[in-house]
Amino acid sequence: MSQGSMAQTAPTPVAVSYNMDVVRWGALATIFWGVVGFLAGDLIAWQLAFPALNFDIEYLNFGRLRPLHTSAVIFAFGGNALIATSFYVVQRTCRASLYGGKALPAFVFWGYQLFIVMAALGYVLGITQGREYAEPEWFVDIWLTVVWVAYLAIFVGTLLKRQEPHIYVANWFYLAFIVTIAMLHLGNNLAIPVSFMGAKSYSMFSGVQDALTQWWYGHNAVGFFLTAGFLGMMYYFIPKRAERPVYSYRLSIIHFWALIFLYIWAGPHHLHYTALPDWAQTLGMTFSIMLWMPSWGGMINGLMTLSGAWDKLRTDPVLRFMVAAVGFYGMSTFEGPVMSIKAVNGLSHYTDWTIGHVHSGALGWVAFVTFGAIYFLIPVLWHRERLYSMRLVSHHFWLATIGIVLYITSMWVSGIMQGLMWRAYDDLGFLQYSFIETVEAMHPYYIIRATGGLLFLLGSLIMVWNVYKTIKGDLRREAPIGTPATVAAE
Amino acid sequence: MLLKKHHIVEKNVFLLVLGIFLTIIIGGIVEIVPLFTMEQTIEKVEGVRPYSPLEQAGRNIYLREGCYNCHSQQIRPFRDEVERYGHYSLAAESMYDHPFQWGSKRTGPDLARVGGKYSNDWHVAHLVDPRAVVPESIMPGYPFLAEHELKFDDAQAHLETLKMVGVPYTDEQLENAKADLYLQAMADEDYDDFLARYPNAATGDFDGNPEKLTEMDALIAYLQVLGRMVDFTSYNPQLNLR
Repeated sequence: MSQGSMAQTAPTPVAVSYNMDVVRWGALATIFWGVVGFLAGDLIAWQLAFPALNFDIEYLNFGRLRPLHTSAVIFAFGGNALIATSFYVVQRTCRASLYGGKALPAFVFWGYQLFIVMAALGYVLGITQGREYAEPEWFVDIWLTVVWVAYLAIFVGTLLKRQEPHIYVANWFYLAFIVTIAMLHLGNNLAIPVSFMGAKSYSMFSGVQDALTQWWYGHNAVGFFLTAGFLGMMYYFIPKRAERPVYSYRLSIIHFWALIFLYIWAGPHHLHYTALPDWAQTLGMTFSIMLWMPSWGGMINGLMTLSGAWDKLRTDPVLRFMVAAVGFYGMSTFEGPVMSIKAVNGLSHYTDWTIGHVHSGALGWVAFVTFGAIYFLIPVLWHRERLYSMRLVSHHFWLATIGIVLYITSMWVSGIMQGLMWRAYDDLGFLQYSFIETVEAMHPYYIIRATGGLLFLLGSLIMVWNVYKTIKGDLRREAPIGTPATVAAE
Repeated sequence: MLLKKHHIVEKNVFLLVLGIFLTIIIGGIVEIVPLFTMEQTIEKVEGVRPYSPLEQAGRNIYLREGCYNCHSQQIRPFRDEVERYGHYSLAAESMYDHPFQWGSKRTGPDLARVGGKYSNDWHVAHLVDPRAVVPESIMPGYPFLAEHELKFDDAQAHLETLKMVGVPYTDEQLENAKADLYLQAMADEDYDDFLARYPNAATGDFDGNPEKLTEMDALIAYLQVLGRMVDFTSYNPQLNLR
């Protein structure tokens, strides 16, 4: 059927003027904070290899920069990616413009940037709650709460305005992410400030209760911020880019409800063999293992969406980013349940193995699916024919992939080695290694890891250049990917 | 079948939000609430006391510098850990820790029982330049702690806030907070009243500089009390089976 006859028989579509300003800002902020976060991460990686790089300056030491790195990648890079893509996806799949006009989405965007800047300045100046991934102090937390309520209002308001009967599956995941992060943020940051003019506060909880509340929060920052939200991205951008429908509607229903139900229970696996009561540890382990199933259900749903379109991986590096992301997602959601088994955790906990695991998820899954979405969105948002260069996307892909492989393999080796060295006994029944000998043994792996991080950072700089040229309107003259280079020369 | 009814929540935003909320709240309630209600969550042991004002100030510096990023304070019940660090950690030992500092990574060694293992002088030398005492160390140096004077005018406000969140400071401890903080870091004083309020606290000039009370004094006072409150010679784990 020709295009013309389609247009005549279909009902006249209602023209919707989408609010794409905030999506454009969010895409740029994602790229900017991504580079900042990768840079901070690679700097602290080199600090671990060469401690002189701490310069003995309070504002530059590892202890203050590490929260800066984690917050920059999780909340600034990841958060902006989620806000930007959720605003894009909810408008397109609902055929409705954002609720709240121009002002409310702008408030959410700029309010969120203010949250990031306040949190980051706080870390460098030493203002922190001292709880991993929840370091911002009480006044920053209150500000984020205000911004988040506005975000929820926009998202729900837009869903209510929709012209489609069904709420698309990507939006379920975004909604679960927004609602759950609100609950976790409020539950984990209950604290009383020493004075209303000062930054310092004390957590309402202490010791064992504080530990479990923190890891209920911490693990679900992974589960809902870095997983559910990004699965929303997967469910929109992969079908869109592959031009294929989602593999299974039923699987996505099961995936969704099973994932959000099971994830919440998994926090105690961060506290194996600690003073947390055994019943809670066992419960956490059990649910962590069960979590493997919905995670792989989601992976299968994402990968199988390419049925009939696998050949596109050869010619489209943007789709390659997205599909590799789902592959890394499958790998790290298998590794996670393995590490949550108490016998394995006894070895892996407190070592670099955990750091490697986190980065196969953060770099391989979160960053890759974000890069894919950004490369998809930039030409659309700026009304360009295509990206400046697909070959540069391919270079970015390979640099980043090699970087990740160096990172996670070096951390596997150093983590497992350190765990084994800690528990090694000599023939006389004495501990074989002093602690500092295990630190010394890490040195070559810390250099390999930092080199991997550097490659990942370089890849992201290629993206910056490509995005800049695309927005400027330039098109690089190059042979399409998948054709031999010699053809291009002719 | 349930899957066939799913279109109902897919078409109703409020049902979807409600469904999500009910689904995500269960796990947290089942796991967290019993920790507050079950008595055996925290063992009954002798000796755990609230931190002295100086130790608490040192603890706040420990947080500020992000020590928890590389040091755990939680010894697991493994043969090698108990031999390396000492008795495995009890929940009771961190019952006054707001927030907890169990940590998740050992880039450096566990510190749960570092108290009393090294002299004050060693700690000063190590914190100023870790590689001066441990050549292979990758820890950052903290020379600035010895230069920064400790701000402690609001010592009482800190203890009062901690009391609000459940630390059982007495009125006497609150009233003497500022004086106690200063006294603990002074050399050769009469510590009797102070030690009655905070048994087993380390006293004296911690940073080797009697001229001023520094952040170094506070941090070392905190490090020196870690793991030293419970007397394990009289601890009976059989009474605390959980």
